[in-house]
Amino acid sequence: MTDPRPRVVLVDDHRLFRSGVRAELGDAVDLVGEAETVAEAIALVRSTQPDVVLLDVHMPDGGGIAVLTAVAGDAPSTRFLALSVSDAAEDVIGVIRAGARGYVTKSISGAELADAVRRVAEGDAVFSPKLAGFVLDAFAVGDAPVVDEELDLLTAREGEVLRLIARGYAYKEVAKELFISGKTVETHVSSVLRKLQLSNRRELTRWATARRLI
Amino acid sequence: MLPQPAAGIGDAPRPVPDPGLRGAPGSDPEPLAVPACDAVVVTAALPAPALHRRFYRATQGRALGGVATGLAEHLGLSPVVLRIAFAALTLAGGAGVVMYAAFWVFVPQRDDAGREGSEGRGQMVALGVLAAGGLLLLNSLGIVSGSSSLVPVALALAGLAMVWRQADASQRSRWRASATGPRGLTRTLAGALLLAAGLAGFLATRGQLGAARQGLVSTIVVVAGLAVLTAPFWLRMTADLRDERRERIRSQERAEVAAHLHDSVLQTLALIQKAADDPREVARLARGQERELRGWLYRPAGGSGGQFAAELERVAAEVEEAHRVAIDVVVVGDCAADAKVGALVAAAREAMVNAAKHSGVAQMQVYAEVEPTRLLVFVRDRGAGFDPALVPADRLGLAQSVFGRMERNGGSAEVRSAPGEGTEVRLEAPHD
Repeated sequence: MTDPRPRVVLVDDHRLFRSGVRAELGDAVDLVGEAETVAEAIALVRSTQPDVVLLDVHMPDGGGIAVLTAVAGDAPSTRFLALSVSDAAEDVIGVIRAGARGYVTKSISGAELADAVRRVAEGDAVFSPKLAGFVLDAFAVGDAPVVDEELDLLTAREGEVLRLIARGYAYKEVAKELFISGKTVETHVSSVLRKLQLSNRRELTRWATARRLI
Repeated sequence: MLPQPAAGIGDAPRPVPDPGLRGAPGSDPEPLAVPACDAVVVTAALPAPALHRRFYRATQGRALGGVATGLAEHLGLSPVVLRIAFAALTLAGGAGVVMYAAFWVFVPQRDDAGREGSEGRGQMVALGVLAAGGLLLLNSLGIVSGSSSLVPVALALAGLAMVWRQADASQRSRWRASATGPRGLTRTLAGALLLAAGLAGFLATRGQLGAARQGLVSTIVVVAGLAVLTAPFWLRMTADLRDERRERIRSQERAEVAAHLHDSVLQTLALIQKAADDPREVARLARGQERELRGWLYRPAGGSGGQFAAELERVAAEVEEAHRVAIDVVVVGDCAADAKVGALVAAAREAMVNAAKHSGVAQMQVYAEVEPTRLLVFVRDRGAGFDPALVPADRLGLAQSVFGRMERNGGSAEVRSAPGEGTEVRLEAPHD
């Protein structure tokens, strides 16, 4: 690979927003294409097989989740980073459960976005403080019966990592705070992401069914 | 009522009120207009006769169709007077019945959704008077002569009253958005049957049934022919009516959205254009508007159960407004707000204000978690930071309002900071 920059496809139905993201990302990524509808996005992802798709959650015809489900399996090395103006829990959890590797809000700065794209391209998960809060909420020790120990509970360490992220700590700061390596933080976050996608905890199911995602 | 602008736009920073005084903030759509709102509710709960000068048939306190009660309300008289007048007119030749029936048909009911008048014996008596009057009227007109045709005519009148009453009842139940149900349909059908039986009996007693049968057959044939002939027209008309109704609902919704956007988003955009050379002001306006619009779009329909999260978000919004900073609030769990929670929220507010004033950055993160036995709040910024050991004693902000407040309420506060590394205030309060 000659160009070390991640190859990125940008999917958003607002032209204004796309041009803003394009300008903010600048040379940090290799932008190989843009799509403004779900159908365009599906075709583009299949044909270009990018490293990362920046995916708008809210679009006509099903939004980001429709793209994720349509290309599932067609682009095995492509990773998705959801971008949204919405902070509604069901949107966030829904798009993560459909397979996105991370979630950031559209108000994120250009540098932070470029960093998030790079991390997703490397296979890590990107959690915003808001997403970390939702996950803690969903996995909070509550009345929900635990069906699968391995998937339905966060380990103490994962909880600590998520709490620090929710408090606004960057991964590096989390690592320093907990005296662990940055790679270990990534591992914990990826593990949480996997649980989030596979667990059938009641709260997750409820959010998903409310949006008819299952 | 139009939605209020963003909680706090153009709103001077207020001291945190005693949480006990506030109801559930999430379920209170007009937090700024509580007294006015109460007054409106009170007037709406009264019958308010002065407001309704139009003549409606009453749906409560009525004896039969609500004509007398409605007319009494309209004229400012006692319903009893009008009832007596109707009865007197009825017995004096039956004119009262004609008047009453005409009012019943042509005067609309008042739309008092949710309230149901008493229907019982009084109504039966009224029906009896009305029927007697009707018979008298028919008698005086020479239509009914002799007692043999009295029964069928009474039967027909009873059926008619039943159908009319049911028509009123189904209109009221439409207002209440509840289906009329099979019972209403049964009543209507029974009424229609009674009417038909009565009419048939009337004709039979007069020996005109045979002639009527022939007339009836030809009438049915003509009506059926007309129905077939005009069916496309009727179908089109009902479809048009339905479309028009749907379009009206849609345009009402659109008008509501437009009104909200006008009051909020368009106003803010105008302000932003005026303040275009002040990036911080633009950011503040945009953020306040974003918060307001987000609340409007995603506000939970049922209102939130706990108030801690809502209180914390409210004070964060106030600090954002007053100090032109951006505060991201993440709350895990929620609980009801009592005095201790109020103190915690007030201390958190002070920590936010402190960060806004001294950190030198316009961004901070607030994280709160409700645990079974304690509440935790973290206020973090990535600003200048300071050495907590070197804070001069006269800088009372953090010491008094944060530490003092927390300790008085059985909690604790802790500050972690170093020059250049930002500041994090950790607040902990016991919770049961």
